Amino acid sequence: MTRRIDRKIADAETTVALPRRNGELVFEAPWEARAFGLALALCEKGVFEWREFSTALAATIAAAEKANDPSGYYARWIASLEELAIEKGLVGRGQLRARTRQVATDPHEDHDHG
Amino acid sequence: MKRQDEPDRSESDAALRTRALESLLVEKGLLATDTINKVVEKYEKDVGPLNGARVVARAWSDPDYKRRLLANGTAAIAELGFAGREGAEIVVLENTSTVHNVVVCTLCSCYPWPVLGLPPGWYKSYAYRSRLVREPRAVLREFDLHLPDSVEVRVWDSNSDLRYMVLPERPEGTEDLTEEALVPLVTRDAMIGAARIDSPSE
Repeated sequence: MTRRIDRKIADAETTVALPRRNGELVFEAPWEARAFGLALALCEKGVFEWREFSTALAATIAAAEKANDPSGYYARWIASLEELAIEKGLVGRGQLRARTRQVATDPHEDHDHG
Repeated sequence: MKRQDEPDRSESDAALRTRALESLLVEKGLLATDTINKVVEKYEKDVGPLNGARVVARAWSDPDYKRRLLANGTAAIAELGFAGREGAEIVVLENTSTVHNVVVCTLCSCYPWPVLGLPPGWYKSYAYRSRLVREPRAVLREFDLHLPDSVEVRVWDSNSDLRYMVLPERPEGTEDLTEEALVPLVTRDAMIGAARIDSPSE
């Protein structure tokens, strides 16, 4: 399947613009891109080392797989990021929970604070 | 890991939690929305397997570059302007007619982002991560890659400090191609080691 897609893209005129995706979407939903961007931006700002996040993610994945938890990759990603943000004192656990409830009840709440 | 109060880990739940975390971080001045936008845009639009394909095509065309690439992957890749900010070293492994290297991250999904972009879904899957080390030939057969017994298979487990990229074997029949013409032949899967690169005539 993947091979077939690769070959198709390799044959296409637009190769130079396209093969980064090799026929697959990088993110399946916009929030996955945000979750990814949050972790990377915090790392680039020096808030934590990438290996700290990577270790947290590996632990979340291992725990989820052990428990046969069907959660997706980026759900595990954001769960790891939440824990790290709490651990680093960036946000409080209660604060985060309250904000999540608030966001859930306010469909107009968006990214326009900055 | 700490136990979560709410066991519901549905996707919509994760989307809300992402929004909540972002809004708090922005509100506290820890991140600007624009910074996040730029990171996302960079990985959605600029960073991807095309970078790796350029590295491979250069190595196929320039023996000195290839030597540098195999000796110090991070530095040779940076020569072409590709560098990651998350600070992992990239080691390049050469596939030959007798050795086939293939890359995995058994713990999570560490991957050489600067040259390959973000990993495909299967790279992150439990099946690939758990099976490749145990039965690489069987897994590769499922990618339609049938390696003769005479070829030694080496599996490399990435981590947050060390990531691997495969330098695929240059296919036969490409001796006359320029570096630019070689670039589109190089596939992402071949740079992970899950595929070989076919001759253009095939």
